[in-house]
Amino acid sequence: MLNLLTDPNLRWILLGSMLLGLSGGVIGTFSYLRKQSLIGDTLAHAALPGICIAFMLTGVKSVGLFLVGALLAGAAATLSVTLITRYSRIKPDAAMGIVLSLFFAVGIVLLTRIQHSSYGNQSGLDKFLFGQAASMTSSDLYTLGGVALLLVIACGLLYKEFKLLCFDPGYGRGLGFPMGLLEQLLLGLTTVAVVVGIQAVGVVLVAALLITPAVSARYWTDRLGVMTVLAGLFGALSGAAGAWISSGVSQLPTGPISVLAATACFVASVLFGPRRGLAAKLLGRRSARRRWLAESAGVAARANIQAAMQATAQAAVLTDGQANVHDNAHPNVHSAAHANERGASV
Amino acid sequence: MTNRNRNVPPLAVSGLTVAYRKKPVLRDVTFEIDERQLVGIIGPNGAGKSTLIKAILGLQPALSGEALIYGKPYKVNRKLVGYVPQRESVDWDFPTSALDVVMMGRYGHLGLFRRPGARERELAMDCLDKVGMADFAHRQISQLSGGQQQRVFLARALAQDATLYFMDEPFAGVDAATEKAIVTLLNELKRNGKTVLVVHHDLATVADYFDSVLLLNGEVIACGPTETTFTPERLQQAYGGKLAFVARSEREPAGAAGNGR
Repeated sequence: MLNLLTDPNLRWILLGSMLLGLSGGVIGTFSYLRKQSLIGDTLAHAALPGICIAFMLTGVKSVGLFLVGALLAGAAATLSVTLITRYSRIKPDAAMGIVLSLFFAVGIVLLTRIQHSSYGNQSGLDKFLFGQAASMTSSDLYTLGGVALLLVIACGLLYKEFKLLCFDPGYGRGLGFPMGLLEQLLLGLTTVAVVVGIQAVGVVLVAALLITPAVSARYWTDRLGVMTVLAGLFGALSGAAGAWISSGVSQLPTGPISVLAATACFVASVLFGPRRGLAAKLLGRRSARRRWLAESAGVAARANIQAAMQATAQAAVLTDGQANVHDNAHPNVHSAAHANERGASV
Repeated sequence: MTNRNRNVPPLAVSGLTVAYRKKPVLRDVTFEIDERQLVGIIGPNGAGKSTLIKAILGLQPALSGEALIYGKPYKVNRKLVGYVPQRESVDWDFPTSALDVVMMGRYGHLGLFRRPGARERELAMDCLDKVGMADFAHRQISQLSGGQQQRVFLARALAQDATLYFMDEPFAGVDAATEKAIVTLLNELKRNGKTVLVVHHDLATVADYFDSVLLLNGEVIACGPTETTFTPERLQQAYGGKLAFVARSEREPAGAAGNGR
């Protein structure tokens, strides 16, 4: 823990992982609520050929360049998904599956070609693609910080528009908001978050940074604003946990540990979320059952008492009938008082 | 709103044709709606009722024809139009409260970037109150019943403060109390000079609720005052003769709308 704060290298990794988790959580909230959790996965896999092509064209390993390549490839991938779903009966999940694997296959082919030929300084490209937070440098951190800031500001400014986009896009279009543009913007922001995340956790795991914190956050709140903040917080904490644990124990990779930490957070949320969590549900059901039993017991008791009262009244009428012969008032008063007493005890 | 010409109808649709795939769903739809009318859009399933509304609102591209809102295209007079979509069109498990949903009705007036504030909140509360939902303002929307959700949608449309309203099956799957609340609201809107088009399915209540009807089945079968338009012959025509028409029981005639059942 101590060396995390003193060793500048480790400090970068810690900060970088936290910023990554933060941006993933914030932007992931919106993808999750749009029921497009898998779009992150699609974008991540689509980024692979984009990054490879960017590297082949320039021969330089730089996050900025990779970002451009990944953005273009991501745009191509989401466009393909949109076209497939619009012009066929194929549902989005199937379309994403097709596009995701196609782009990934192309990416792997390109990567293999890069590795077997003489493209510039290609060493470390695979590490970038499959995630190694330890390879982050201070300049990467600036990129990350900038991206995180951009994402948070964009989501803050367009909070109301994104909310509308997630909840009721048709209505938003009716109100005159450029919903298509907002959708593209959200996709673009998601791509940015994914691409910067790839470096730390890799193409395969980066989707977890978008989905898991957002789903966990949903368990703790019924308000979108709080959910967004919580998701960012959970993401940042997962990133920090990943950096901390992997720095303490040698031979542990940061990215996958972050994902494990995020999943632990998710499990805790599922179990202990205040209203939606399993524990709350079980407790709620139990107390409802107890209340119901008490209530129905009360009803039964009241019914018993009523029956008893009726019996007493009948008895009174009987005794009344007999008593009528010699004395009018006395037994009647007595049984009424008796009934009253019972009534009061209810 | 001030410079609105009295003679311009709130809605004039001419030659509107819409196709989802190859086959047109709506063919050459032409009609006009007068001001201060409650209009029922009636027709069998697949007649294109929702499609008509979506095409008018630009949510569904049209092959040809146009829809004018107070004499101008929808894009120009968008702020005059309120829309209540079908309740099932959204995910009610969304993390938001009833009040938040109603405030969305103000988003169009706020424009980009600006956040709703105290004024919007107050207005939204008023609208919730009008539909009898003030006590549920801070409830998460999944914890509302179907009828309550419908009322929240209505309140959101009210918050838009429009003059022409489109409602897509507001009566679908709601209980008698909500139905009555909606009818009361419709009549209040009418009294305030608004025009409301409602996609409606219950033929038995059409004469009670609406001043005019638009009978639709891929094309306009008839459009006009309920008394003269909502006739068994026309209905048979609209429903393709397959309708086992149940003669309306001897309830009060049209005009008694608002008293409900």
